[in-house]
Amino acid sequence: MRFLSQVMTITTKDLRAEMRTKEAINASFSFALVVLLLLSFAFEPTEQTTQEISGGLLWIVFIFAGTLILNRSFARELPNDCLDALIAAPIPGAALFLGKALANFILILAVEFVALPVFGIFYNVRWAQQFWPLLLVLILGTWGLTTIGTVFSALTVNIRLREVMLPLLVYPVMIPLLLGAMRLSTLLVAGQAITGDETVWFRLLIGYDIIFTALSLVLMDTVLLG
Amino acid sequence: MNAAAVECAGIWKFYGDYPALRDISLKVPQGRCLALIGRNGAGKTTLLRILGGFSKAGKGQVSIFGQNPRETGARRRIGFIGHGIAVYDELSALENLRLFARLYQLPDAERTAREWLERTGLERVRDGLVREFSRGMRQRLAVARAFLHGPSVLLLDEPFTALDDRAVAVLQTVLRDALAGGRTVIMSTHQLREAMELATDVALIGRGRIAFHGERTEEMVNDPAWVYSHYGEA
Amino acid sequence: MIVMLALAAVLLVRNLYNISVLPDETNQGQIFRIIFFHVPAAAVAMVGSAVALLASVMFLITKNFKYDALAVAITEVGLAFLAVNLVTGSIWARVIWGVWWAWDPRLTSALICWILYAGYLILRQSLEEPTQRATFAAVYSIFAFTDVPIVYFSIRWWRTIHPQPVFFSKNGSFPADWTLTLVLNIVALSLLYAVLTMVRLRQENTQREIDYLRRTVHAIS
Repeated sequence: MRFLSQVMTITTKDLRAEMRTKEAINASFSFALVVLLLLSFAFEPTEQTTQEISGGLLWIVFIFAGTLILNRSFARELPNDCLDALIAAPIPGAALFLGKALANFILILAVEFVALPVFGIFYNVRWAQQFWPLLLVLILGTWGLTTIGTVFSALTVNIRLREVMLPLLVYPVMIPLLLGAMRLSTLLVAGQAITGDETVWFRLLIGYDIIFTALSLVLMDTVLLG
Repeated sequence: MNAAAVECAGIWKFYGDYPALRDISLKVPQGRCLALIGRNGAGKTTLLRILGGFSKAGKGQVSIFGQNPRETGARRRIGFIGHGIAVYDELSALENLRLFARLYQLPDAERTAREWLERTGLERVRDGLVREFSRGMRQRLAVARAFLHGPSVLLLDEPFTALDDRAVAVLQTVLRDALAGGRTVIMSTHQLREAMELATDVALIGRGRIAFHGERTEEMVNDPAWVYSHYGEA
Repeated sequence: MIVMLALAAVLLVRNLYNISVLPDETNQGQIFRIIFFHVPAAAVAMVGSAVALLASVMFLITKNFKYDALAVAITEVGLAFLAVNLVTGSIWARVIWGVWWAWDPRLTSALICWILYAGYLILRQSLEEPTQRATFAAVYSIFAFTDVPIVYFSIRWWRTIHPQPVFFSKNGSFPADWTLTLVLNIVALSLLYAVLTMVRLRQENTQREIDYLRRTVHAIS
């Protein structure tokens, strides 16, 4: 269980550092609220329209806000050359990856838990009717976002236009995940259960998460030592 | 047959096609203190980073006590100070040291952290956030971080540069203790005087090659620039 | 290389002649001929992406830069071929359905693949140090090209579960003698792909040599 304790050490470090400054989380909360506000002007929020696009709208807000947090993930290691110290420490790259991914996951989920009620208020939607399946979708979808986002955060950490490059690279790769998450969210927010054909989306989310988590664990050492 | 503390053979480092290090071979036995000197851009930092396992050489082998520096066992035995202090601004001094103690799986992280805060004179500011520290305090914390897991091999990249007097004193004390305890030190430096005081061996690196490698002599102590004038380029 | 180019040229000319001589298809009029370029372009680009993935993996394993050069050459040429696929698809859609774009599974997948390829090139452009550039680009391409089949299937599922109002059958009846022309065009375009890749490879190697000379000069002076 040494691996797990190493993961926890990294996660608590990231969370503690973030809570001291609250830079990323504040920006992320604010951005989510602003986007929700702006989108409310984009269409007439009748019950019909809102129901059709709720999933899509929510996940657009989530990935935009999530990107702000993911950007900070490896960027916070740059001042003082802290990344060198992490690489030098006798922890496997996979542990470093998981530790950071977990911290990002928790932070992004926190933003989502704030954004959802605000969404419900702004758009007059009772979103909690299928709460537990919706929570599952949130967890699966956010984990996919976090995995890809954490690895790509490491890839783009030294690039000049990092803030732009990260979303540019992450979003296209995430399209299948978003497809499933948006579709499921739309149904669940409208209060419908997921049956029959639509369950394929759950399988997509799970498969996507497994494949890309495995890929990330394997490739993280290469990225760090590159 | 004991493996040397630090050994590298036939190291080439390429940036794209350009060789920053050419065919470097070095052997540093245990307990020695090697001063690595050279002009800016000669390759000191590159070499230190390869020895420490931060970069991979294009060709050649590195071994720390017979192991590849990236292996877990080797990583435990390496301590380094680079250009940055490698501690987190948003955490306190104690939190930083505790973090690294945990990452290195030391049996009593809290106690070791406090011990090193005392040794570097930071005990009183242990709960202060690093971002509020003065430069000298930050560098003393960097020393604590580098040494606290009891590394057998220390790789220091220009450790004396821009240190205040107190930090210099702390570093010299810690280094002397380490050498007395049988540790091995490789230190790149511009500060020839401080380096020559502590060094047992000296190596000059120029344009990616080792121009000179030998024991420190009286002449070098008296005239720290001796190596440059005899082996360096104009 | 000249031989391949000549062969490609010959095949293309032959195909163009055959295609222009074919009688008009009943439903679609003249425009159906575009399929002889639309489909091969995509097919060839897909094979290219698989080879690029292989080259990226080989680079990570061997650290040999020739694999990196291959990966970037193939991806760039593939970008062009995918663009051909997208544009011909768009033209066809405009003529047949009156719209410049339709969100059908294949066109959408092709667009996403194009964006992934473009991302690869943009990432490369942003990384200066050659070893880091090659390594990070290789990691990105492994992620991106693993995504390609997932993208394709997910979009197909979506369109199956939520069929679009407009139905279309791209694979209507396809007479046997046309298949030969189609296949030959695939061969012709493959040869063209290979030729362009070789040109790009040569350019890449020359660029690396220039970089090397530049750094040497900096070091001496």
